Amino acid sequence: MKGMTIIVKTIARLISGLILLFGIYIVLHGHLTPGGGFAGGVIIAGCFIFLFLAYGSEETKNEVSKWRASLCESFGLLLFWYLAMLGIFAGTQFFLNIINKGNPFHLFSAGIIPLCNIGIGIEVGGGLFAIFIILATLKMEEKK
Amino acid sequence: MIELYLLLILMILGAVIALEAKDLLSAIISLGLIGFSLVLIFLILQAPDLAIVQIVVETLSLIILIAAILKTSLKDTAQENGLKEKFLLGGGLLFLIIFMFFVNQAIKFLPHFGFPLMRMAKNYIDLGLIKTGAVNLVAAIILDFRGYDTLGEATILFTAVIGVGAVLRKIGRKK
Amino acid sequence: MIYLLSILLFAIGLYGVLVKRNLIKIIIGLSIMEYATFLFFALVGYKKEGVAPIISKGFEEVVFVDPLPQALVLTGIVIGLSTTALLVSIAVRIYEKYKTFDIRKIKKLKG
Repeated sequence: MKGMTIIVKTIARLISGLILLFGIYIVLHGHLTPGGGFAGGVIIAGCFIFLFLAYGSEETKNEVSKWRASLCESFGLLLFWYLAMLGIFAGTQFFLNIINKGNPFHLFSAGIIPLCNIGIGIEVGGGLFAIFIILATLKMEEKK
Repeated sequence: MIELYLLLILMILGAVIALEAKDLLSAIISLGLIGFSLVLIFLILQAPDLAIVQIVVETLSLIILIAAILKTSLKDTAQENGLKEKFLLGGGLLFLIIFMFFVNQAIKFLPHFGFPLMRMAKNYIDLGLIKTGAVNLVAAIILDFRGYDTLGEATILFTAVIGVGAVLRKIGRKK
Repeated sequence: MIYLLSILLFAIGLYGVLVKRNLIKIIIGLSIMEYATFLFFALVGYKKEGVAPIISKGFEEVVFVDPLPQALVLTGIVIGLSTTALLVSIAVRIYEKYKTFDIRKIKKLKG
């Protein structure tokens, strides 16, 4: 699909960094303010979708983007699984909250919850961007 | 609670329009109207977590639907208006009236609107901060008390991405 | 009374799934049914004069709304998105093969 005009391309370059920062903020503060891994992950995917829509599919390299998004998604899910298995490695049951709980209202509190949010954010962001690339670069074949 | 009733009536009108529109693009935009009214209802019902997730997921769902219909056709299939369709519509309305009557009888057993039972929630609210250390109670529930549900949900999203990649693959031609 | 309106929305979505002939209209009907279910869950968990279930400093004696239906609906919204994406990809594949979205014409099962 074709890209858009040069005004849209310039604005997309300027704003997409802010959208990515906002998404990371919502993921990291998931245990203090509303939000969490899922909402932040979708916003991160939205940043990349915005860049992809503004520049068109001819200028961006499709194969490399699809491979990278799939890699991020698998890495996020594996991180979530590894954090759940920490309980078994430490000797107690599966999925137990064993890291130090800290003081409430600080960023480094609540044990395992911020790290799980990071894993889920990476997974949701990569997965939704991969779905969008597959749907947007689909070429309908013309049958004679 | 008058704004709650107004938004609900807006959602019902939007649903009827979304199903009866002749142009598929108008139907999808009406679906967006229903989704964004749901965001306002979630904010009135004091659920900011749900409002954030619903607004971004609704935007993405609209993008996916519009990307699909721009590559295919934009028109609804023609409905004939013969005798069979009128008979079906009458039968559908009759079923709806009977269904609503039974739902009315069943709702009498629910607690009144605004006074929930909160048997499990009492434990979560009292012990949530001490046991998990998280200030956001909904995040504490979905990642600590009911962590298995989140694990299953992450797996479902992963499976959906694999499914979309497998269905929309380019098939090689057999020589 | 307010529960009745949300289940009426569910019934409208059910009408869309059963009666309509276009595949995209069926997907829209399924989405409407999901929205009605999430609305019903959020309505069950509302407490009068309650606030959002987030503990803040200095506000110790507040009444919270029920946080458990909110956690269930959060999971449900993301699953609804996955289902819609998969259904849409199957519908695009069907259009590629049969050149129509009409379900009365999708009958030829070739081996």
